[in-house]
Amino acid sequence: MSEIPGDLKFLKSHEWARVEDDGLVRVGISDHAQGQLGDLVYVELPEIGASVQAGHGVAVVESVKAASDIYSPVSGEIVAVNENLNDKPETINEDAFGDGWIFLVRASDRGELGELLDADAYAELIENEDH
Amino acid sequence: MTEKTVLNDTHRALGARMVDFGGWDMPINYGSQIEEHHVVRRDAGMFDVSHMTVVDLHGPRTREFLRHLVANSVDKLKVQGKALYTCMLNEQGGVVDDLIVYFLGEEFFRLVVNAATRAKDLAWIEQHAKAFDVQVKERPDFAMIAVQGPNARAKVIGLLAEVDHERIGKLGKFAAAAAQGPHGMPLFVARTGYTGEDGFEIVVPQDQAVALWDALVAAGVAPAGLGARDTLRLEAGMNLYGQDMDDDVSPWEANLGWTIALDEGRDFIGRKALEAQKADGVKRVMVGLVLDDKGVLRHGQTVLTANGPGEILSGSFAPTLNKAVAFARIPAGEPGEVRVDIRGREVPVRVVKYPFVRDGKPCEGV
Repeated sequence: MSEIPGDLKFLKSHEWARVEDDGLVRVGISDHAQGQLGDLVYVELPEIGASVQAGHGVAVVESVKAASDIYSPVSGEIVAVNENLNDKPETINEDAFGDGWIFLVRASDRGELGELLDADAYAELIENEDH
Repeated sequence: MTEKTVLNDTHRALGARMVDFGGWDMPINYGSQIEEHHVVRRDAGMFDVSHMTVVDLHGPRTREFLRHLVANSVDKLKVQGKALYTCMLNEQGGVVDDLIVYFLGEEFFRLVVNAATRAKDLAWIEQHAKAFDVQVKERPDFAMIAVQGPNARAKVIGLLAEVDHERIGKLGKFAAAAAQGPHGMPLFVARTGYTGEDGFEIVVPQDQAVALWDALVAAGVAPAGLGARDTLRLEAGMNLYGQDMDDDVSPWEANLGWTIALDEGRDFIGRKALEAQKADGVKRVMVGLVLDDKGVLRHGQTVLTANGPGEILSGSFAPTLNKAVAFARIPAGEPGEVRVDIRGREVPVRVVKYPFVRDGKPCEGV
């Protein structure tokens, strides 16, 4: 299990959010989540320009085992998606917190970020889940 | 209460991700399900299948009992050690379970039935065995390891006592024999499997299973989880009980017609119902589907055909094909343009003959 980067915020449903230098919010799933899902084989990405709401399904990741909805941690507009995942969905297995990011949102209400778990709280959540 | 096989600690020490499977705590993978799938197609992998139920039948009328119990004909078993794949049916022709019958002697047959149906199967077998004075004896003292892949047999044979090499090397497909393993452990070696590859399923006394597993690891056999086992058997066109057929589905409706022997005068349980169904015309059929687009076919998705809806039974991403395949049960007749409803989106699929993969290669038309 890789370290959880301290600059990330989390939904209980295992999505992470990172505020980039330009203020955009990058979103992916945690290393713990990719481990639970197993080998990923398909990612259904959102459309660029689509508007999203915090806590609503935006993308779908499918492993050999199961399909899972990916919720957006913040409301706003999709400004980029990780096209690389179309050919290499396994990037999420290999680098969930980095190259395996899924989409980028221009947040309409940055205040929503305050409702997310910080890295420590998330670490505790998955710790309890494992027992 | 979850049950554990004798290899449970071994799986955990190997870093396996464990899941509940039919009441058993079993390894789904040891890291990557896809890599484990490929190693079985290309080299040799092994599965702990000790959760499966071994049942020994003894008595002078055992063959006669099996003629009544199962839908395939045990009279095909003429040579000691030969095995037969069959279903046992209820009176309505539904599948109680699918199983393998081994002929070990005129008064001794061995059954291997599914783990998830253990209690139901034992009750059913015992209920019908009484009339034939057949002794039904479960063998929880056995563990079982399936070693599968193009190099599986050679790797297993290398571990057997020298004197067994030639005999086990010549063991025919769907046949079994006793052999001596590492440290002289007594093994029951069957050339059967659930992956579409050559290999052995090995029954071993529980207290020697860990030593056998470790010897296999040392011989270069890679541990593989139930996740890979599922995608391998799906590609190989093999049914999974509970998903592809159950008590309410007949073998005709599960593409298992080839396992039904309507031999003259044999009164097996479910025969009347099967014959009536056939005379009436079977209303539902099981077909293979391939999705050429991106996405994954999954159990429970609705299949749309010209004759009405059907549903996906087993469905998954198929690692050997790098696309999704499935079994589906649909209304009989020319299905027309077939689509599958994936989360509200109607995706076109192709109906194909299966197996999807044989001997490590995609089959023609898949």
